[in-house]
Amino acid sequence: MSTSTQSLVSPEVLARYEAVIGLEVHVQLATRTKIFCRCPTSFGDPPNTNVCPVCLGMPGALPVMNKRAVELAIQAALALNCRVNSFSRMARKNYFYPDLPKGYQISQYELPLAEHGWLEIEVDGVTKRIGITRLHLEEDAGKSLHEGFKDSDRYTYVDLNRCGIPLIEIVSEPDMRSSAEAYAYLTKLKQILQYIEVSTCDMEKGHLRCDANVSVRPKGSTKFGTKTEVKNLNSFRFLQMALDYEIARQVAILEAGGTIEQETRLFNPETGQTAGMRSKEFAHDYRYFPEPDLLPLRISQEWLEQLQARMPELPDQKRQRFIEQYGLREYDARVLTMTRPLADYFERVAQASGNPVESAKWVQGELLGALNEAGKEITESPIPPEHLAELVRLIDSGQLTGKLAKEIFPKMFASGEPPSVIMEREGLRQISDPAELERLIDEILAESPKQLEQYRKGKTGVFGYFMGQLMKRTRGQANPQVATEILQKKLGQPT
Amino acid sequence: MDLRKLTAEQIRADLLQRRYSAVELAQAALEFAERENPKTNAYLHFCPERALEAARRVDEKIARGEDPGLLAGVPTAVKDVILTKGVRTTCASRLLQDFIPPYDATAVARLEAAGAVIIGKTNCDEFAMGSSNENSAFGPVRNPLDPERVPGGSSGGSAAAVAQGTAVVALGSDTGGSIRQPAAFCGVVGVTPTYGRVSRYGLTAFASSLDHIGPLSRTVRDSARVLQVIAGRDPRDSTSAFAPVPDYLAALNGNVRGLKIGLPKEYFEGLSDEVGRPLQEGVRLLESLGCTVHEISLPTTPYAIPCYYIICTAEASSNLARYDGVRYTIRSQQATDIIEMYAATRGEGFGAECKRRIMLGTYVLSAGYYDAYYLKAQKVRTLIARDFAQAFQQVDLIVTPVSPFPAFKLGEKIDDPLQMYLSDIYTITGDLAGIPCMSVPCGRTRDGLPVGMQILANHFQEALMLRLADAFERAGGFQL
Ligand SMILES: [Zn+2]
Repeated sequence: MSTSTQSLVSPEVLARYEAVIGLEVHVQLATRTKIFCRCPTSFGDPPNTNVCPVCLGMPGALPVMNKRAVELAIQAALALNCRVNSFSRMARKNYFYPDLPKGYQISQYELPLAEHGWLEIEVDGVTKRIGITRLHLEEDAGKSLHEGFKDSDRYTYVDLNRCGIPLIEIVSEPDMRSSAEAYAYLTKLKQILQYIEVSTCDMEKGHLRCDANVSVRPKGSTKFGTKTEVKNLNSFRFLQMALDYEIARQVAILEAGGTIEQETRLFNPETGQTAGMRSKEFAHDYRYFPEPDLLPLRISQEWLEQLQARMPELPDQKRQRFIEQYGLREYDARVLTMTRPLADYFERVAQASGNPVESAKWVQGELLGALNEAGKEITESPIPPEHLAELVRLIDSGQLTGKLAKEIFPKMFASGEPPSVIMEREGLRQISDPAELERLIDEILAESPKQLEQYRKGKTGVFGYFMGQLMKRTRGQANPQVATEILQKKLGQPT
Repeated sequence: MDLRKLTAEQIRADLLQRRYSAVELAQAALEFAERENPKTNAYLHFCPERALEAARRVDEKIARGEDPGLLAGVPTAVKDVILTKGVRTTCASRLLQDFIPPYDATAVARLEAAGAVIIGKTNCDEFAMGSSNENSAFGPVRNPLDPERVPGGSSGGSAAAVAQGTAVVALGSDTGGSIRQPAAFCGVVGVTPTYGRVSRYGLTAFASSLDHIGPLSRTVRDSARVLQVIAGRDPRDSTSAFAPVPDYLAALNGNVRGLKIGLPKEYFEGLSDEVGRPLQEGVRLLESLGCTVHEISLPTTPYAIPCYYIICTAEASSNLARYDGVRYTIRSQQATDIIEMYAATRGEGFGAECKRRIMLGTYVLSAGYYDAYYLKAQKVRTLIARDFAQAFQQVDLIVTPVSPFPAFKLGEKIDDPLQMYLSDIYTITGDLAGIPCMSVPCGRTRDGLPVGMQILANHFQEALMLRLADAFERAGGFQL
């Protein structure tokens, strides 16, 4: 909890209330072209270069629905357990804004693409189902640039590259009771949409945008309090910060005997606070009506089935499969299925090595640690899965000790070479030849009469000293099992 | 050559026989049109460069022995709500006085691909809203048959250009009668095809679910020829139909014997004698050609006007939102912030009729009124379409008047919007039902003003409709 929140209301007071939160999330669909024209959806191009008469809202230009956008939206709906409507319509949402060239946004209103879905979140070990009210298709607007130009004091500049980028809006039920649940919901939503490759969900590029409806009520109450809409929650951290602040603010007002005003509030990341917007700015009557330029969307059962069949494995399914098929622990399976590239990476290591449990340890421990340190994603791993699998096989076959493997790993990470090449070059291998080990042990025993004496008197702990000496002499390459057997035989039973 | 008598068919034959070149014809047409224009104000601007370029392409094709197209060399006028790449397209509005489109409407591209020579852009009511062409920001159009009278609207310039002979064919647009009514007022043929038959891509939207592009010409055959060229599926217009385009010219075989013609009683009750008498003669002529005439009823007709003016204004209020001063329109210099910029630009830019319709449309879509107005109107629209569907189970075609009165005097109705709206009473039903309909000249009033006969057909039955009109024309129906 931030200090600004604590100053509003004490944790004890806060604990007597519960929050009621619903999220509206806008997600950019991963299509190559825009929703109603053939302009590219690429990011970061010079302003007003990815535009045409259609997305510029020129007189006479007409929208044509991008079928791929509909497919991706349907896949998202299916992954979120929604009922996809066989008949839905696009609608015009009318309002004036300089970055909205037609004076209306083509969206959906009365008949959305899909409804009645849900997803499952887990917070503090408790699983909870969050309802999804609706999922609909719409186009993005352009971008108003209020600063950065030498006459920005007098003019606003408009970039319409983003105009007509396909979006889905996913509206949740007011089922979340804390900022942690909201965080978990958004995390899960992002994970699912990335898994099925419906969106890259890159928040920095605005591919995932979130608004929240928040109200509070005394614990035990079933009545909803007055809600506020909090906008500009464009990172996971901001979401949690803004919700914590807004919840505390509302509780403080109620505690002081006040009432909550229904309004739209903007989160300011610099202060960590939300502030009311002038209500005039949002007093819109959007005058929705069915879009006459587009035919209704008719989605056949056959098309739905095709898309369902093409649907990749979802994160929860994959986690369950990893537990059952590879014998992973719940926690490990959860970590390894966090993203689809990570899960795919692990699976390739597991299959190539034949030892999933050991593979899981290496991917989760050494590899993720090294990637994290290097600031790299799994997709940028310098170690291909085949190399890591080879390392696991070398350990399993006794050619490498765990200790040696850990020495080789950073070299694999640095050079991108397979472990065998590094072992060859550096003369690293496990010494399992009994004759060689016996010779080394004899030397050690001859040099350590004092320790030998102690051992014989019953101080069995000294056994470790001899092994340590052996490992030191072999730079850790002695096969510990073979060495133990020889040493035990040499030392005999203590008297 | 007498431009006033030429037909597309004649021009094609003349060009192929090298009587004159397409460039010569284009030059003559441009010269004639520019000379005649002050009399009517039918054209807002000419595009000689584009015209001569198109004509040159036709001449080159002929020189190479290639087919120069169905409309080879035909001097064509295009209503200024239809976009022409590189040629100013104003929609007869101050707001778009400097707008040069970056693309061609599909219909325009198809015309030129078929050899048509577009010589200029025609005047109309601002954003096609009006029935007299008096709502143009660039002055009214005068009827070539009587300069004291209006040419009808909103495609008044296109009808006047064809009637005065400065263009052989023209494109108009029709939302509630804007092709047929001016055609009737100017004594020419005007065709509103089935909704979806001709792509709307590049037609400035007034009311998207009602807007059509269609031809005007002096003969039925020429309209059939233009329709042949512009009809057909366009992937850029989702509402354009996939239905194959029949051979309209081949359909004009004069064989109308036995066709059942319906006369809806609601359209003839209370009709003035002035318009009624020539129509009765027209109907008798149809009977003499072997058609049978049947009285039918379209009981929802009285609801058409309110239904139409709710739907068209609702859609218009949204379609006209884009003219906001941010891009391609003029921008008021009176504003200090964005809200003022919108208000002042639109306040200065739109004429009274556009403002009236934007306000009406905004109102009927407002929260709390949507169900009572827009939704109810959509239901009525369905009923009107059902009326026609049932009628076409009994008859092949329907014949009605086009307008309750002939061309009226300039200024006569401009202060009475309701009277003006009533001039669409017979034409809006066809648009609401989305069926093809057309106006053919049908004699004159005692004052010598042209009267139009409207023929309506079932969806995609343009060929049958044109066949009747052509047979009527050949039997002397135009000169009754
Ligand atoms: Zn575009």
